[in-house]
This record gives sequence, structure tokens and C-alpha cells, in this order.
Amino acid sequence: MGETVEHRCDLLIVGGGAAGCVAAVEARERDPDLDVLVMEKAHVYRSGCLAAGISAINAYLHRGESPQSFLRYVIRDTHGIVRDDLTLSLAAELNEQVRRVESWGLPIPRDERGQPLRRGRASIKIFGERLKPILGKRAEASGAAILNRVNATGLLLDESGRVVGVCGVGTRDGRFHVIRAGAVLLCTGGAAGIYRPSNPGVAAHRMWYSPFNTGAGLSMGIRAGAEMTSFEYRFIPLRIKDAVAPTGEIAQWLGAPQINALGEPYLDKHYAELGGRSMPTQDRLYATLLEKRAGRGPCYLDLRGVNPRRLRGTIAAYLSMAPSSAMIMRDEAYYAEHGGAMAPVEIAGGEPHVVGGHGLSGYWIDERRRTSLEGLWAAGDVAGGMPKKYASGAWAEAVLAVRDAIEQIRDGQDRGDPEPEHIERERQRALRPLAGEGSIPARELEERLQKVMDEYAGGIGQQYGYSGGELALARLHLERLHDELPHLSASTPFELMQCHDVLDRAEVARVLVEHMDHRKETRWHCYQERLDHPERDDGRWMVFVNSARQPDGTIQMIERPVQRTKLDVQLPELADGAVIRRRGSTRPSR
Amino acid sequence: MGIRVDEEACNRCGTAEEPMCVRDCPGDLMFIKPNDKAAIVDNRECWDCAACVKVCPSQAIEMRLPTSLVVRGVTLKGRAMKHKTTWQLRLRDGEHDDYETPSTGRSPFIPNL
Repeated sequence: MGETVEHRCDLLIVGGGAAGCVAAVEARERDPDLDVLVMEKAHVYRSGCLAAGISAINAYLHRGESPQSFLRYVIRDTHGIVRDDLTLSLAAELNEQVRRVESWGLPIPRDERGQPLRRGRASIKIFGERLKPILGKRAEASGAAILNRVNATGLLLDESGRVVGVCGVGTRDGRFHVIRAGAVLLCTGGAAGIYRPSNPGVAAHRMWYSPFNTGAGLSMGIRAGAEMTSFEYRFIPLRIKDAVAPTGEIAQWLGAPQINALGEPYLDKHYAELGGRSMPTQDRLYATLLEKRAGRGPCYLDLRGVNPRRLRGTIAAYLSMAPSSAMIMRDEAYYAEHGGAMAPVEIAGGEPHVVGGHGLSGYWIDERRRTSLEGLWAAGDVAGGMPKKYASGAWAEAVLAVRDAIEQIRDGQDRGDPEPEHIERERQRALRPLAGEGSIPARELEERLQKVMDEYAGGIGQQYGYSGGELALARLHLERLHDELPHLSASTPFELMQCHDVLDRAEVARVLVEHMDHRKETRWHCYQERLDHPERDDGRWMVFVNSARQPDGTIQMIERPVQRTKLDVQLPELADGAVIRRRGSTRPSR
Repeated sequence: MGIRVDEEACNRCGTAEEPMCVRDCPGDLMFIKPNDKAAIVDNRECWDCAACVKVCPSQAIEMRLPTSLVVRGVTLKGRAMKHKTTWQLRLRDGEHDDYETPSTGRSPFIPNL
């Protein structure tokens, strides 16, 4: 443990998940002479969000759709805060990338006319159990070098502040890696585990997002002063309770209505003004909470009347993406087969995540996918400003980033070397938990972080709501937690990785709280629910809330206006009791 | 709990190299014990993705649900073949319910699943 290994490459891709694997292939196909290295925390065959597989591609342009119509759909869903340039450029690439991965072996069922089977507005059915090995093996075969089992811990900058490499620690051997690169593309994913999870104890990792995505890429950028956007848009999945399985498989595929405890299809009956069953994603979650508060909870997916043969199809789909859900579903069916009844499929919200593929949060990037740091690109869940990317959007974004990065590498701009003292500081920091000076195991600080965030920053325990007073306490307790971080202790490389997981999450959490405190309105119910500012205020807050950490450690907040392409989009109303302000006029919502 | 390894069946893939469950776990949670059998570091860390279950050539790994979520319930085994994945759900009464899902290659035309 502890010795240093050095590498050099033209293009360094950090993270070999959905975005990273496609980026590697794209880079090598565009320029077979390019020296490409993929740095991966686990092993590219099953690492990242796609480990279990997925059963749908949720960003796809059906016949008759266009990048503009896709943008309209995203704008409506995010109540107006979205980057049009990112959305349009990404949407134009979606179908091409889906076809590409299909040609690598992903089975996509098609109808008589050769069209994929429609599952939703921008969603198609796939058989995606093997998707990640397909991507991982393709990345290997591309000729890119794959550096598995190295956890990225820091960006390396030259004197001018340009990113010239990344350092990391071997998760099996504790060796310190220094990788110098002509360009660095971050594909490290979002952050889970910042909030207390829905299932405590032995089931803690039965969560929606990969618990192994711990915000490493975000944390490295925060420490280097990169501009970040919209952390306050926390993605919270509405899931089948306990199983944490997506509801779409049952709601969309089986056509099961979403009902409350009285058996009413509550989305249409009580929240028609929000759009009923086609309301924005976060309002669906909010309406489910409101039903509980109105005494009509809990809410369910109604499986009565569903053909058992189709239920078999759903179990098969769950096996290909969330196998534990298939087990729970099959166990319920067992009761039905033996004279009992299936328990209704209860739905509930999970814990909040910082994730740019479903949500808005991540690096602030330009249309070419450049971050605010010279030499650094971002794609997939680590990049912000445009939600509803999902897997196919991550592929599209990776391709866009690689095209621009290659141009810059070809330009052969002079780049300096990281200063030796800078590398040494990163080495000390990365390996410190092994030095035997600390006394706190990673899990204790992880639980402390999750407790603070759950209780003072709108976790599940607070039904996602928060106020300025609570955020002030969150800030205070996170500062104290930060004082404890140097005392983290590890005795093995695996424990060292767990220490870095906590370090990274704590860094993300501090920025998250500042974002939550800055936006003084409620724009996205549950995701961003300010109890002290319950109104949406379009006159003041049609802006992106961004941040950049300053060299003195303070977090500077930045507001950037929404640049709207000319599209005729009617924003949806907010739910119960909220008031929407438009250009100074106020009117109560129905 | 997440997974359980049947030590009778595990032969560490019959190789001196890295066994496949140790290679594929996305959380790097699998390791080989001194007795040459696979084990998980801590089931609390497991994401229930079943990567290890499917890749095991001797079907030595089964997935179980944490008791805090479901009492007893079913267990799951699976096998990743070239073009399909086979699954075996063992029910409460010990009966099996088997499934197959396509995994790679051209998908059959499926008008109505």
C-alpha cells in the first residue's frame, strides 16, 4: 500500500459506467491512434447504475417526436428551469446511440413496422439484463486501456488552473495512481447515500440509485472550484415500497391505475389541475404525500383485474433490472395462488439523491459539455442542467463530450504538469485514513451525515420539507462533521474506499445545503420543498442556482438566467394552496 | 441478507485467477476466504443486483431478501447464458418457478408481452 503508480494518456475517462463505456468506444472509433484510459472504481462489466440491468430506455424520440417536442416535455416537467441548448443537442443524438448499442447486442423488441415497443412518452421496452456487460466488453474491445479498481480522489491542475490529470487509490491494493491526460472526461455518476435511506440496518443498500455512486466526481470538482448547478433539485424516486422497484413497469406496462386507500384514482380525481395522471414527475410524488395528509393514504398500484400472464411478464422484467422486486412480487403472487390475496402494491417516496440524469444537479457545462474548469468535460449523471437523460441520454452526452475533447487534444494546446507539491498534498489526503492516527470508522460518520441531512435538510423523516432555520442547523452540524473527517480511520484498502465515499458525500452535502438555502421559493414539490417559502415565484426565480467553492473554502452562490428557445410552453400549476406569481401578478391556484 | 454462498458448490470457478463473482460485484464486496470459497464482505453493503448470482458457473450463490423487508419469502438463482438468462425462484413451499429473459442478440418479435 502507498506506493505511487504513474500513467499518461491522451483522453482520460473517469468512471466506466453507462456514459464512460460509450465514451471510450466513441473516442477510439473517431481516432484509432488516440490513447484512451478508462479509470473505474469496480470492474466495467457490472459497475455503476446498470449493474442489475434495465428494462426500458426512457429517453427516445418516438415517430413524430423531435428534439423540440422532447424539450417541450422536459420544460413542462421541470417547471421551466432547464437548459434548452443541452436538451436539444442531446435529444438529436438519442436514437442514433440507442441503435448503436442495439448493434452491439442489446435486444430491443420491435413491432411489424420495425418500431421499438412504446412504453411511455419517451420510453421503449428493452431486454437489458446484459446491458452493462455489453457496454463494458465493447469498451475493452475498443482498444481503450481499462484501469479497473481505482477510485478517483482528486483532480490534478497545472499552474494556470487547467485540469491535466486525476489521482486515485487502488481499491484492492491501496496504491496511489497519478494519471496525466490531455483531456479529462468525468463520467462518475451522481451521489447516493447522502440522506438516510428508506430501509435502515441490514437492508440499507436496498435503494433506487447505486449505493456505490458516492459523488466522487462532484466532490473533486467542488474542491477544485468548478461551477455546479441546481443541487437543490434533489431527485426522489416514487417507488414500490420496500422493493424500491420502478412503478412504471406496473403502471405503464400493466396499465394498473394508481389509487388511494379509498380505491379512488386520486391523480385524476383530486389533482386534475396538475395534469392528472400525466402530471410532472415530482407532483406525482407530492400528490401521493398529500393523499396521506388528507387521510386517504397510503396509495397503491391496483393489480386487481390484471391478467396473471401479464404479471409473469412483469416479474421477468423485474428480474432483468431489480431482481429483489421480482422476488417480492412472486412471493405475493404465491399468496394469491394459495387462496389468499395479494397485498396491494404500496407506493412511497425514497430518499433524495443528487443526480443529473434524472434530475438537474451536477456540473455546469456548456453545449460542448465543457465544465468551467479548462481541460475538464462532464457527461451523464455527473453533469447538470438537463434532467430526463437516463441511460440513452448519458450515451448521447458522452459522445458529444468526446467529440469536443478530441478536437482540443488534436489542437495540441500546451499543457503544464501538476506541481509536485500538489500531487504530494493529494497523496497525503488520499491515504491519510491509513496512517493510524484516526479513530472513527467510515460507517459512523456516514450515519452521522445521513442523520443530519434527514432531520435538517428535508429527508424522508421530514417528508422532504425544510425551512431556513433547519438548514442553518444542517450547515452547523455539517461543519462540525467536517472537523471530524480527518479522524477517519481505515486498516484495509476496502475500508479506505469507504472513507472516501464518506468524504465525497460530505463535500456534496455542504454544497447541497447552500443551494437549498439559496432558492427561496418552492418550485419542485418534494424535490425542493421550502416550508418557509411555499410559493413558486416565476418573477424572481426563473434562474439556475449555481455555486463555486472559493479558495478560502466559502461557497459562492451564482444565479444564471434561463435562456429560452422560442417555444410555446404552458407551465403546469402547483398543487393545493400554492400561489403562482407571473410577472408581478398573483392569482391563487385552483 | 443479500446473498448466500453454498460452500459445497463453490469451487472458485476452478481457476487460480480471479473468480467471476469477485470480478463482477459492482461494490467490490466479494472475496475468497482462506478455504478457497467465495464470501461477501458484508451483506449490508449488497445492492441486490444479482451480478454474482448470474455469473457463477456452479450456481453456488443465491439471493435472499433481508428479513426486515420480507419474512422468509423466496430465494433466487440465475445463470447468464450467451443469449438468455435463466432464473429460478424458489417459493415458500420449496417449489420452483422458472423464467427466461433474452440477454444478447436480435430480439424475437414480441407483439404482446
